[in-house]
Amino acid sequence: MIPTDWIWGLVGGLMIGTAAAIFLLGNGRIMGASGLIGGLVDRTGLNNWQERVAFLAALVVVPALMIPLYSVEVSTNITSNLGIVIAGGLLVGIGTRLANGCTSGHGVCGISRFSLRGMVATVFYLLAGGIAMVLFRHILGVI
Amino acid sequence: MQRTIIAAISGGLFGAGLLVSGMTDTTKVQGWLDIFGAWDPTLAFVLGGAILPMLLAWNMTTRRAQSLVGTPFPAKPDPRLGHNLVIGSVLFGAGWGLVGLCPGPAIASLSWGGTGGITFILAMIAGMLVAQPIRVQIDRIATI
Repeated sequence: MIPTDWIWGLVGGLMIGTAAAIFLLGNGRIMGASGLIGGLVDRTGLNNWQERVAFLAALVVVPALMIPLYSVEVSTNITSNLGIVIAGGLLVGIGTRLANGCTSGHGVCGISRFSLRGMVATVFYLLAGGIAMVLFRHILGVI
Repeated sequence: MQRTIIAAISGGLFGAGLLVSGMTDTTKVQGWLDIFGAWDPTLAFVLGGAILPMLLAWNMTTRRAQSLVGTPFPAKPDPRLGHNLVIGSVLFGAGWGLVGLCPGPAIASLSWGGTGGITFILAMIAGMLVAQPIRVQIDRIATI
């Protein structure tokens, strides 16, 4: 018996990949969340700001409209330790801009085109994430 | 206008997929990264499922001259890896593990993520703002 979480993961994954395919075939663009946000934040992507704002607005609004459809309470289960949240946010912001991509850009869009950069980035962020869990959960016990 | 509508359709479907897949739940992401704990393989199904339509899409780009709106398809990136790709990915992975959020799910869960979610987004934006000066410093050290 396959756990339902895995099936929903696959279904959601297919939706994410289809979204990336629409962005690529429709607009000729890589669907990378950190790049779409980052280009607005550091003003390097203001030439196509409408596309970025439309993408990000829908990214917030559509799941917000779906939440009431759930019979159980949906939570991000994010840690209440704001120091950890800020440290994590800073690392994600700096890291994704230095690496020019995150899970969607390097992971979904990069691996599927057999990009060495995408695959190398994915290996390193997975390894670093795993090491962070060992260090901060199992050794230091802070998360 | 067409370009904006396509972007909204893509962003909306991306957000829906992130919610449905469970990737907006930090415990599912941390569960995947925590191979020495109660390991949760859901993320492999999400990433695998997401790569499938994109394999087809990249294949279709080889048979088309341009995108639907007439823009060129993205060129193959510079194959050189560079130190920033590795350093950046390590920093990103560490933050991803610490909190269990990456940029897409952080934005998608804005409406129900509460104070913690908003704090994460603001810190991420701050990180993006200081990334360029940090890149300059790293490049300077790397060329010594």
